[in-house]
Amino acid sequence: MGMQVTIHEASRLLREKQISSVELTKGYLERINQVEPKVRAMVTVTDEVALEQARRADESIAAGNGSPLTGIPIAIKDVICTRGVRTTCSAKMLENFVPPYDATVMEKLNADGAVMVGKANMDEFAMGSSTENSALFPTHNPWDLGRVPGGSSGGSAVAVAAGEAVAALGSDTGGSIRQPAGFCSVVGLKPTYGRVSRYGLVAFASSLDQIGPLSQDVTDCAIIMNAIAGHDKRDSTSIPEPVPDYTKCLKADLKGMRLGVPKEYYVEGMQPEVAEAMKAAHKKLEELGAVLEETSLPSTPYALAVYYIIAPSEASANLARYDGVKYGYSYAGDSMWESLEKTRGNGFGPEVKRRIMLGTYALSAGYYDAWYVKAQRVRTLIRREFDAAFEKYDALITPTSPTVPFKIGEKTDDPLAMYLSDVCTLPINIAGVPGISVPAGFADGLPIGMQIIGKHFGEETLLRIAYAYEQATEWHKRRVEV
Amino acid sequence: MKLSREEVLHIARLARIDLTEEEITRYSEQLSNLLENFEVLQQVDTTDVPPTAQSVDLQSIMREDGVAPSLPADDILANAPRREGDCFRVRAVFE
Repeated sequence: MGMQVTIHEASRLLREKQISSVELTKGYLERINQVEPKVRAMVTVTDEVALEQARRADESIAAGNGSPLTGIPIAIKDVICTRGVRTTCSAKMLENFVPPYDATVMEKLNADGAVMVGKANMDEFAMGSSTENSALFPTHNPWDLGRVPGGSSGGSAVAVAAGEAVAALGSDTGGSIRQPAGFCSVVGLKPTYGRVSRYGLVAFASSLDQIGPLSQDVTDCAIIMNAIAGHDKRDSTSIPEPVPDYTKCLKADLKGMRLGVPKEYYVEGMQPEVAEAMKAAHKKLEELGAVLEETSLPSTPYALAVYYIIAPSEASANLARYDGVKYGYSYAGDSMWESLEKTRGNGFGPEVKRRIMLGTYALSAGYYDAWYVKAQRVRTLIRREFDAAFEKYDALITPTSPTVPFKIGEKTDDPLAMYLSDVCTLPINIAGVPGISVPAGFADGLPIGMQIIGKHFGEETLLRIAYAYEQATEWHKRRVEV
Repeated sequence: MKLSREEVLHIARLARIDLTEEEITRYSEQLSNLLENFEVLQQVDTTDVPPTAQSVDLQSIMREDGVAPSLPADDILANAPRREGDCFRVRAVFE
């Protein structure tokens, strides 16, 4: 069938009755069947749910109702709770967990009539940068099946890139939407912390986690943001700010925009092809009317350490809930302690255990001030530097990752090398600001992403810059053969 | 910064994770290596810099206490590894 349409294209076809949602959905399910043996992006294909939702979407459209998402096939990262549909977090611990409720973002997508075609693979509990930490199976990058798709939302990014879904939801704690978006040549947005409700998102690091869209273009990203953003009384960290119409800010010029280029993100060790692609992107942004200027965020080199103390500390607390009593994998030992320790020893994978251990250490008596509180203080410095930068600039421009996608297995034995692939995306979560990755070129057929960083609630500015750049380039139109 | 076998076992005990011998050795090396790299933080002058726990300026969010339906017990217990009536079945805490 090979149909690959954007949300705005599909929505028009549906409204003009050129296609029904059932037809569209069947096409995508067929495509999943076809490419899934090669890319393995899906943990669960939800064909029955999808066809039922598609039938209802068709009724709603026939009655003249519906939203831009009505009838659109979408993939959901398997960390987002879906009522009655297994939500595994790609973890042995939750392999058979069926949530009794929907995440707020799912309630919103369902109310809009979206169609869920599947639950997408990820690094176990969203901890990783390559989707190789999935306890179920690794996902392959469609641009080169021997390479990783990035992570942790690797399944979501591949589902969009390989045409298994029109768009997808992911989650981003340190780059988990943007880095795989960059590695797979799709658009990925991490919203401002608190912009999208985290209710029903299985918790990894609660002060850093955000849900966001992965899509084929910037317009689709804006459409999904319209659907999922907003305050939720069930998430006390969600912000009671009105949600603008994000599609209204998409303008094809950047006249008067001031963009900062923070030199610390253009580091040694950055692949030369990525540096070249970024130079070309800077030039393009200038042609569109923006004024670019080199700037400095001097605390950037400390972001990796700050992140890998704070995120594991929060994870060690959040993952204490997996005790084999209420849900999930459970080891039946002779005593309570044996049951608990073997449940967690057998049920968690190597990276999850590594991070729980790291976090437990940083929070433990005698080390709490020296590691955890110290990291929180440096977090303040990083945040202040972003605040100061946004006094001068509308946005900051960086690469999404210092390299193109690496080979499967290349970094699995070296945690630090793996962590470094998120070096450009981590500081954004630390500061809580929004960041978007857009396709910005290829090196030997492998995707390169550009990251645009904005101030708190600066999503409209990010989308405008991303849209103008996209309209002036062809990268997002390049489709991958699988 | 080198984590001894005893320190790794202490952390594992705090985290309630049973580790194999091979894991004890591997985590001792890997965690030591990571912490050594993270020591750069000690160079940063943070005198008079307050810690940031979260990045947006919300504090002590309160709401009215109200009555609303909760999920049915059966829906919650459907995921229980071991169940007895409307209860989760657990190993004895006190022997």
